Amino acid sequence: MTVKRRDFLRTVIAAGAAAAVPAAAEASGTKHAPEDAVGMLYDATRCIGCKACVVACKQANDMPADTRLDPLHDMPMNLNDRTRNIIKLYEEDEKRSYVKRQCMHCIDPSCVGACMIGALDKREHGIVTWDGNLCIGCRYCHVACPYDIPKFEWDKRVPKVVKCELCNHRIADGGEPACCEVCPREAVIYGRHKDLLAEAHRRIEASPGRYIDHVYGEHEGGGTQVLYLSHVPFEDLGLPALEDKPASQLTREVQHGIYKGFVAPVALYGVLGVVMMRNKRMNEKKENGEGGH
Amino acid sequence: MSNHHKDAAPIMAPVLTTTFKAALLLSLTAIGIVIYRFANGLGPVTAMTDTQPWGIWKLFNVIALTAVASGGYAVALLVYVLNRGKYHSLVRHGLLTSAVGYTTAIFALGIDVGSPWNFWKVFGWTWAWNFDSVLLEVALCITAYLLVLWSEMSPAFLERWSERSDGLGKFARAALPRINSMLIWIIGLGILLPTMHQSSLGSLYILAGPKVHPFWQTPGLPLFFLLSCWILGYAAVVLTYIITSARYNRHFEQNKLLSLGHVIAWIILAFLALRVGDLAYRGQLGRVVSGDPFVLGLLAEFLLLGSGAVMLLRLKTPKLGVIFRTGVLIILGGVLYRVDAVWIGFRPVGGAMYFPSLPELIVTMGFISMQVVAYLLIIKNFPILDAMPREKRPNLKPQVQA
Repeated sequence: MTVKRRDFLRTVIAAGAAAAVPAAAEASGTKHAPEDAVGMLYDATRCIGCKACVVACKQANDMPADTRLDPLHDMPMNLNDRTRNIIKLYEEDEKRSYVKRQCMHCIDPSCVGACMIGALDKREHGIVTWDGNLCIGCRYCHVACPYDIPKFEWDKRVPKVVKCELCNHRIADGGEPACCEVCPREAVIYGRHKDLLAEAHRRIEASPGRYIDHVYGEHEGGGTQVLYLSHVPFEDLGLPALEDKPASQLTREVQHGIYKGFVAPVALYGVLGVVMMRNKRMNEKKENGEGGH
Repeated sequence: MSNHHKDAAPIMAPVLTTTFKAALLLSLTAIGIVIYRFANGLGPVTAMTDTQPWGIWKLFNVIALTAVASGGYAVALLVYVLNRGKYHSLVRHGLLTSAVGYTTAIFALGIDVGSPWNFWKVFGWTWAWNFDSVLLEVALCITAYLLVLWSEMSPAFLERWSERSDGLGKFARAALPRINSMLIWIIGLGILLPTMHQSSLGSLYILAGPKVHPFWQTPGLPLFFLLSCWILGYAAVVLTYIITSARYNRHFEQNKLLSLGHVIAWIILAFLALRVGDLAYRGQLGRVVSGDPFVLGLLAEFLLLGSGAVMLLRLKTPKLGVIFRTGVLIILGGVLYRVDAVWIGFRPVGGAMYFPSLPELIVTMGFISMQVVAYLLIIKNFPILDAMPREKRPNLKPQVQA
């Protein structure tokens, strides 16, 4: 049985045309912080590394002490399954700075884009929260997060994903995140995202030379609701230099570009059906007419 | 022509061979480890961490090996869409490798996720579906494809059962014509669904952004994953076909394998050319000569795949030994591409690397063993491979060990 080159080409062209139909993808769009977005502003120049926020976070969120390194003290080495908020020290030559790490509450979070049925979702005030009822424990959020924030209870039979949820239970009661409440130097403050951004720029203008002239989180990865001011380069503090366009947006462009309205798969299935039926008829005709090959 | 497997028959050979027993033992060991994992969590068994959250079960058993198990898809594409009827005798064999491969991949996923008891919600809670999630599409698509694969396989089982005189035989005789009349639409799904999820397995990592090394992080990931799945699927069909045919003295046409080899070779050349174009377009070619250590992985992919393709194209008369060796090179190169993109090239902020623990490795091998066990059981009980005795003994002695 031979197939004519022309038939083969026609098949390929038909399939190609079907694939090209949805190529006019809609721009999946840049996301903006919701109107009621809240967040935090951390000022590394004010932080004295007292870790009151670490303790307050554990109390507010009912998290166990991490005594795996030292049985006497809560001594987490990093954000982990028992630690949603941590203070780290950066030190090099003369330069030193503390840095507070927790979820950045991205405006367009990759973890939310990753999550199959919305266990991680941007809920009231743009806070990224986790719902164990919807979590399969696939850890795609871990793969996706550019800040390596979600942590997994590796040693639990029924594991949870652990991350800062901006004390949303306290905010719902009219309070503020525990870390902001206890900070003795107001190194981390809570507020409306808009106000915090204005305050960050005000501080840079008010004290020339005190800060690097950049508010981290204003544009990084599409923007975050937690903002940072620092006197040392942000990358030294472990905050990655991200492009303004978040990976979540690029993923939507690629994925919705291919699957817009589910047109391409349906069209491809239709084309496959037509081609296969035609092949079948052709082969049957050939077999009947020529008695096989 | 959709279902003329007149020549297929069960292999008449003993089941309890050494290979079978060894594979069964490894499978049972893996099941033991899996029980321990569910009693104690993933931590004590695996080397996965919060920064390297996906281990060998997902990266290798699911992401790499489902491509190797794409034989059914690849051959169906050739036979039914491009109407290359001469490959028809490869269809059932290809489908079976896919069916057992995908089944174990789903098992691998099931033990890897932290809360598999919530898995049904992915299918049931349709109102909660996040259409931005590439993983949702992959999960739904792979599960649907698993059903399609076993439906495509079902005539082989029904044909065998219809010889029986009991109720099962009656059922099989009634079901067979119905399945056969629907088969072409099921085969259509069997081509559509892998096209979707095999490309989406690549799209998954676009979301990881700068955590994936720029050699592999590209919006072209879905295209490259689709091409690599074709390459691996075809190559795996050729390899397993040579092994089983030689092992069980089956008839096989060497010319068929050679022309299939040429198809693989051209897809590889297109794949490599597109990869170079992608690197150039994203301005990453300079990095290739900059002494970046990751270039070793990239070069190894190109060398393995490229040499396999060139050797195949230079082969004018079929030489089984060469076809077999090029098949091995191509499988290694294709798997390395996927492993590079999602594992070697996955560099989180802290730079931590991941190497699987011993129990993880045993479970991975256990899953592969389960595929072997299932494959051997099925070809010895159901009509999958051609029954005709081999006309000419191929010169294949060094490779016969399966």
